[in-house]
Amino acid sequence: MSPERAQRVVVTGDGPVLVEGPVEIDLPDGTRVLSQRPVTALCVCRRSARYPICDTSHRTRKKTEESS
Amino acid sequence: MTTTAPAPVRRARPALPRARGPLSAAVLDLLRGGAAPAVGATGADPFGEDLQLALYVCYELHYRGFAGVDDELEWSPELLAFRRSLESVFLAALRGAVPGGDDVAAEIASLVTEVPGERGVSHHLRRRGEPWQFREYIALRSAYHLKEADPQAWVIPRLDGHAKAALVSVEHDEYGAGRGELMHARLFGDMMLELGLSDEYGAYLDASPAQVLAEVNFMSLAGLHRSLRGALVGQFAVVELTSSPGSARLVAAAQRLGLGPATVGFYAEHVEADAVHEQVVRHGIIAPLVAEDPAMAADVVFGMQAATLLDDRLGEHVMAAWGEGRSALVRELPPAP
Repeated sequence: MSPERAQRVVVTGDGPVLVEGPVEIDLPDGTRVLSQRPVTALCVCRRSARYPICDTSHRTRKKTEESS
Repeated sequence: MTTTAPAPVRRARPALPRARGPLSAAVLDLLRGGAAPAVGATGADPFGEDLQLALYVCYELHYRGFAGVDDELEWSPELLAFRRSLESVFLAALRGAVPGGDDVAAEIASLVTEVPGERGVSHHLRRRGEPWQFREYIALRSAYHLKEADPQAWVIPRLDGHAKAALVSVEHDEYGAGRGELMHARLFGDMMLELGLSDEYGAYLDASPAQVLAEVNFMSLAGLHRSLRGALVGQFAVVELTSSPGSARLVAAAQRLGLGPATVGFYAEHVEADAVHEQVVRHGIIAPLVAEDPAMAADVVFGMQAATLLDDRLGEHVMAAWGEGRSALVRELPPAP
């Protein structure tokens, strides 16, 4: 990547924050998560089962009578 | 983990499948050097075994071809004319079976809404699927996953600007971001080997029911026709928008069944990768495509609805077969080694 090209961070609004990678993510508890993907989707709603990586848990869930 | 570079393997091209009726018999005959088909597709069941296999075989000439079949037959006028008649029947049936419209945002909203307690193959596998059912599911999915991202690659030269750049970024990820051993088709093959299945391209063609063939045929149809580029984008969106939650259920299923790292890894990769792809497809591909040419909206909606219909048909077929304790494949798999 050329030094003139800035990293792009996309705030989607209704979903994760997209960060051009690879990135290291330092968490408050001292753990460090490495993502090698070209773009990483960072969870900002805290609902992801794979936090800090988005797993689409932010999506609307429709209520039904049947429970799984 | 220690890995060594794999030795290059010379793979045989897939064998021609067995005919399932007059249309597929006519195509196979032509590929073996016979005369132009004397039968017509008019009146054939558009979603039936015979028409779907005939179409699938026609399209395979654009991908990997078949053992003993002349590569030049890809552009045989007789074969293309016959394929055209098959496509017309299939496309007309799809257009007649979906509601249509041009509200892309509403289609996306329905695709990304998770309904708790929803029925479906991945829900079943997560809750109480049996090992033989998991293996069958993988064999069923192999028709697409062993050529994962290939049908969508046809659309690249038909797009421009932001939509093109964004679609290529997703395709790049599907193709392992430059690493052959990480191509999703390869990761799928590794899972097949781990489950005691063959990872050879086309190995389960004879075992694949019409519902599987129809799903892949729709991708090839929309990929190969520039006039259907919007539909291809809609189809691609369905895969990328619905994959993450389904993949998470399959991770849970694989863990519950005690399956190996390649199996868990394939679906875990798709949970994270497709969470990114969803955003890129919505904001990077569809939004600029429709902004530049609003007439694309109806085509995108058609592609989404048709892909959803075909996915639902496959799901219903699989759940109906398993519900009766039978195989969802045309031919049952040999038992796991």
